[in-house]
Amino acid sequence: MNLAFVHNFPLFCIILTLFSGPCSMILSAKKARILNLCVITAVGIMSLLVLVEVCMSGGSYVYTMGHFPAPWGNEIRVGPLEAFMALFFCIIMFLSMVGGAAQRKAKLEESKENLYYVMVNLLLSSLIALIYTNDLFTAYVFVEINTISACGMIMIKQSGHTLEAATRYMIMSLLGSGLLLLGICFLYGLTGHLLMSNIKEEVAAIAATGTYHAPLMVAVGLMCVGLAIKSALFPFHSWLPDAYGYSTVSSAAILSSLVSKGYIFLLIKIFYRVIGFDIICNSKIINVFFVFGIAGMMFGSISAAKEVNIRRMIAFSSVAQIGYIYMGFGLGTNLGVLASIYHILSHAATKSLLFVSAAGLSECSGNHKELTKLTGAGYRNPPAGMAFTVGALSMIGFPLFSGFISKILFAQAAVNQANKMLPTLIALALSTILNVIYFMRAVLIIYTPQKDAACAQESGYRRIRMNEHPEIVFVFVCFVLLNLVLGLMSQPIVELCSRGLGMFG
Amino acid sequence: MDFGNLFANYQEAIAMILFALGFSNLLLQKNMIKKIIGFNIMDSSVYLFLALKGYIKGHKAAIVVDGIQSVDAYINPIPSGLVLTGIVVSVSVTALMLSLTIRLYRRYHTLDIDQITLEVKKGGF
Repeated sequence: MNLAFVHNFPLFCIILTLFSGPCSMILSAKKARILNLCVITAVGIMSLLVLVEVCMSGGSYVYTMGHFPAPWGNEIRVGPLEAFMALFFCIIMFLSMVGGAAQRKAKLEESKENLYYVMVNLLLSSLIALIYTNDLFTAYVFVEINTISACGMIMIKQSGHTLEAATRYMIMSLLGSGLLLLGICFLYGLTGHLLMSNIKEEVAAIAATGTYHAPLMVAVGLMCVGLAIKSALFPFHSWLPDAYGYSTVSSAAILSSLVSKGYIFLLIKIFYRVIGFDIICNSKIINVFFVFGIAGMMFGSISAAKEVNIRRMIAFSSVAQIGYIYMGFGLGTNLGVLASIYHILSHAATKSLLFVSAAGLSECSGNHKELTKLTGAGYRNPPAGMAFTVGALSMIGFPLFSGFISKILFAQAAVNQANKMLPTLIALALSTILNVIYFMRAVLIIYTPQKDAACAQESGYRRIRMNEHPEIVFVFVCFVLLNLVLGLMSQPIVELCSRGLGMFG
Repeated sequence: MDFGNLFANYQEAIAMILFALGFSNLLLQKNMIKKIIGFNIMDSSVYLFLALKGYIKGHKAAIVVDGIQSVDAYINPIPSGLVLTGIVVSVSVTALMLSLTIRLYRRYHTLDIDQITLEVKKGGF
């Protein structure tokens, strides 16, 4: 075995995050916070090194755990797309944690704050494991760890809203993971393997003979529906607005931009590495995704337009964005999936920016979250106002920002699909108009000047000085830069993703 | 339709019926405790299914006794291992759900999730 030392890093990332979780339990809140940031940074750096190594060597590699050979041992598979995703998730998580630090200090009990970092570390660990693992049952176990830690992150703020939201989240997630588990068991019964590459060989053999077509489709359908429920595709989104709307800002940012994306990434891996994309495309499953994706885009946007609470409005917009991603799968081409992957990136960068800036806007308005109470908030807290505007423009798909590129990619992918072109383009146009309606309404409200007399009457209205939260301003700058990078220098990133996706097959 | 297979593999059929029962209980029941029971039935049915997949008639559990190492003596141990892993997962999830239920009950004095939602919407607490 001649492995470069860098090749061990994905495993180190998982182990490091997994063990730092329980360690945070015995540390004080401050130390746990520092440990958490150090771990995220370390994992980010390691993922960057892995990405550089994989890009330089120009290929992917499989890391056998404990050197047990293929059908028996557990494996990690690393390619450019996986390493890039891990790096990107670390960046988003770091920025979300720093951006929410001040609010966490104010809202959480001192004795409970370190428990929050237990959840965050475990969540990062499960996300990284979901990205890298080559074993379906390991993926299932980490899906459950992801669910449990996400539930903990919602309920750490003890209020009726968050407890109820956490319960609903758990119920929906358990339904999803039950279906996923049953699907994996069916597939294991059919193929006798749990490693993705072995399953794919067997599935290809089964598909070639044509026997067991129905059980195979049932297994695929169960896994797809299970992961769709867990990532809050349209009809299964009922838990989402409350969970994102009332939890702490870091939780909302991380849940919306990372947790659901982890499941979607696992779904992409199942498409390409377990079943084979041709078989998925020939089944009718992608059409179901297409229909529900478009329905989600419409419903999410309409609900967001009706919403008066700014956090819930952003949460409903997440439902719409998940719809975009599933619509990309529904196109049934590599280009469509590529557009979905790019939308995962751009949505993660934008949505966490929106959540953090919305928290800043309500901070200067007496902690009110109703849009009407936020009048003029953009003047009271200029950095948050600017950041919210940038996020809103990116969500709408304004050129310069990341949302524009993902919409263009969706449109380009749709043009090649004769029978799905028209609905996709119409849905994109309609949803853009709806996005403009509710995001521009919010931007207009926060930039409506308010008279000083009215301002003085409302309790809690105050101006936030630029130097009051320097770390949050830093986070805003980073997020805006990230958005601009995704929007202006998309070519190399798209190429990287498409090369990584090519190596999946 | 050929129902012969269904009767021949009646254990698997029972596992699927149990799964459906548990799933619909978890989805439709209002009472949190009944939901959790439903979840446990659902997961147990999957473990039953997995255990059946690994069972080979006439073979014994994969614990080496009396020095017999022949493959023909034992069942497939991998599904048993998976069942153990799955049990650990479902126990921890059950514990989490029960603790959530206790918190909700202390706050709202009811186990009915719809009732709780109504009270939350009313803006209490």
